[in-house]
Amino acid sequence: MRLQNKKKYRLSGSDIKEFEIHVKHNMKRAYYTALGFVGSHDAAVDLSQEAFIRAYRNYGNFDKSKKFFTWYYKILKNLCLNFIRDSKISRREMIFESAGNAVSVDNPADSVELEELKIKVEEALFQLSEKDREIIILKEFQGISYKDISEILDVPIGTVMSKLYYARKRLAERLRGSI
Amino acid sequence: MDERLLILMEKHLEGELTKAEQQDFENLLESNTALKKEFEEQKRIKEVIKTMKMKNPSSELWDGYWERTYNRLERGLGWLAIFVGVLILMGFASIEFVSRFYEDNNIPVFVKIGIVSLVFGFLVLLFSVIREKLFTYKTDKYKEIQR
Repeated sequence: MRLQNKKKYRLSGSDIKEFEIHVKHNMKRAYYTALGFVGSHDAAVDLSQEAFIRAYRNYGNFDKSKKFFTWYYKILKNLCLNFIRDSKISRREMIFESAGNAVSVDNPADSVELEELKIKVEEALFQLSEKDREIIILKEFQGISYKDISEILDVPIGTVMSKLYYARKRLAERLRGSI
Repeated sequence: MDERLLILMEKHLEGELTKAEQQDFENLLESNTALKKEFEEQKRIKEVIKTMKMKNPSSELWDGYWERTYNRLERGLGWLAIFVGVLILMGFASIEFVSRFYEDNNIPVFVKIGIVSLVFGFLVLLFSVIREKLFTYKTDKYKEIQR
C-alpha cells in the first residue's frame, strides 16, 4: 500500500486511522514472517505487534512514497533476530501443515508418508541459517514476488534468485536421502 | 553457478520463461548433465515445499489483532506519561529537600558537606553513563538491533 505526501508524525486521530489501515493490510504477512523466523505462534503474535508499535512510534521516519511493509519488515526482522539470539523459547512448535491439495484422503499411507516428510522438511528448515530460511519463507511460503523480495531485502532481483537457489540447495543437502 | 543459468533455472521453476528462453534452457539441460542434476534437485525441493503450508492461526486472532496492538500502544503511552510525571515530581521533591536541608541550622556542616559530595558523585556517575550511552548510540552501526 502506498500513501503519498510525507508529513510529520503526531498522535492524531487521522494518523491512527492511517496506521490502522497499514496494520490490517499487513498483519498476516507480518505474523507469518515472524513465525518463519522464530517458530512459535505466541512469539510471532507478540513480535509482529511489537514491531507495529515501534513502527508507529517512528512513523515520522517512514517515507510514504515507499511500501509500508518494506519499511516495517526491517523493524520486525531485527526484533525476531534479537529474540532468536536471546533464545527466549527453548522448544519450537511445529508451524507447518500439509497443504490442502497435497493431502490424500483415499490413501492413508500417502498421508502418513507426507506427514513424516513435512516433519523432516520443517526440521531441516530450522537447521538452516536465518538468512536461508528467510528467503525460502518469503518466496515459497508467502508467495512474495522476486521484485517485492528485492525491495524488502534491498538487493537486486538477480541476488534474490541466487540466494533462493543456494538456500534450496542447502535445504536439499539436509534432506538428502529423505526426498 | 553461472548467473545466467541460475536466472533461467529460477524463471523455469516459476513458469516465467518465454518460449525462446524455454527452448534455450532445454537445450542447455540436454547438453549439461550437472545442470540437469541441479535443476532436478531444485525442482524436487520446490515440489516438496508445495505440499506444505504455514499453519493458520484461529480467525479470532485477526479479528482482534488491531485492537490488541492499539491497546498495547496506548498502554505504552500511559507508562511514558507516568514516567515523565514521576520524574517531574522527583525533581521538585529533590529541590525542596535540598533548600530545606540547607536552611536547617541544626544539621552540622560536615553532614551537609557529606551529602553534597554524595549527590555530586551520583550526578557525575549518572552524567557519565548517559554520555557513554549517547556516544554508543551515535557510533554503533548495529543500533537498530535492540539489545
